[in-house]
Amino acid sequence: MADGTASLLRAAGLEGQRGERVLFRQLELTLARGDVVWLRGPNGRGKTTLLRLLAGLATPTAGVIEFRGVPLAKAGAPWRRELVYIGHANALKDDLSATEALRFIAGLRGRSPDAKAVHQALTRLGVADRARAPVRTLSQGQRRRVALARLALPDPPALWLLDEPFDALDDVGITTLNGLLAEHAARSGAALLTSHQALSLTDPVPRVFDLNPFVVAS
Amino acid sequence: MTDLFLAVLMRDLRLAARRRIESLLPLVFFVVAVSLFPLGVGPEPQTLRQIAPGIVWVCALLAAMLSVNTLYAGDHADGSLEQMLLAPQHAVAVASAKAAAHWLVSGLPLIVAAPVIGLLFDMSGPALRALVMGLLLGTPILSLLGGLGAALTLGLRSGGMLLILIVLPLTTPALIFGAGAVGAVESGLSAGGHYSLLGALLIATTLGAPWATAAALRISTE
Repeated sequence: MADGTASLLRAAGLEGQRGERVLFRQLELTLARGDVVWLRGPNGRGKTTLLRLLAGLATPTAGVIEFRGVPLAKAGAPWRRELVYIGHANALKDDLSATEALRFIAGLRGRSPDAKAVHQALTRLGVADRARAPVRTLSQGQRRRVALARLALPDPPALWLLDEPFDALDDVGITTLNGLLAEHAARSGAALLTSHQALSLTDPVPRVFDLNPFVVAS
Repeated sequence: MTDLFLAVLMRDLRLAARRRIESLLPLVFFVVAVSLFPLGVGPEPQTLRQIAPGIVWVCALLAAMLSVNTLYAGDHADGSLEQMLLAPQHAVAVASAKAAAHWLVSGLPLIVAAPVIGLLFDMSGPALRALVMGLLLGTPILSLLGGLGAALTLGLRSGGMLLILIVLPLTTPALIFGAGAVGAVESGLSAGGHYSLLGALLIATTLGAPWATAAALRISTE
């Protein structure tokens, strides 16, 4: 970076709306390389809205979002290639097998990962034995694991936006995801995630970003 | 762009192959709806021959509209649509692929079934050829416009009915020229003009509808 900052994503003066209601205002957030940020805030105060804004799925009513100093609207394809957004929904098709579903979602970024990489990612998440099973036959926790297996594929994007990634995961799943987050931070990626439970990640210790100061009283 | 197009198209075809019964429903609807007309109108061969092209076209139109309203609903509900819109390539590739998959799965079987239906209505050989030719040029238009309607009504209650009300008026030119081609052949004229107009409509829709659909998808997922 020419300006010497390690900032990957920066939001300034951001305003988020759901329907007609303004949820937060004047929000300032910077995600630097190697950052793992825990986005906190009570239910219905706009955590998901903020993640969707940062992912470019919605347009903010005010404020700017910059990726490596370039506004999102102009950042285009290079920015989307550097982003993983995993929402509440797992985005897996019921009638596809776990392998097919993962390959499709991961392939949307440009090139489809090869069979070996997909198998390794599923093994990492502990769902390799269900690789050929239709997604419809998987439990909630297993589906979450398949969706999160995107993060274990080789050459992962630099920026992770994860909405409640620990949802439905058991202890082993939580440990695996913590491991993935630690590796991601170590190769100077950045992650922003929401979670209702306290994070058990210790290396690096997640920075807490509290949504409350920006929330608009209803 | 073609990567994304092919990925979405192949996935949709694979999903259709996994849900064979569901994929055949538009065809079954088409055949059942068409065969109701002789019962309602009466078995007079002269009358049936005359109204056959219109009936086939109207039923193909309705079969397309009824099957297209779930085109984006499933992907919207399970989050796949968001992921597709986050792909580095433009969403127009997604819109084109979904329309292409819809045509291959529910449009193409109607074209294959149409000559058989035509024979039931005692249509002549040249008239059958004109019917199939018209459907070949016309049904992709229905899939493209239907996709646009499905994107516009995504996430709305009673979206299915609204979709039909939005899209049906847009499809009337295809209906007029498609059924008109058969009429022209039957009265001994050339159907070339009708084909040209259908072809022009197809080109215009192919160039315009996916862009509008992509924009509508972005609005619907916000």
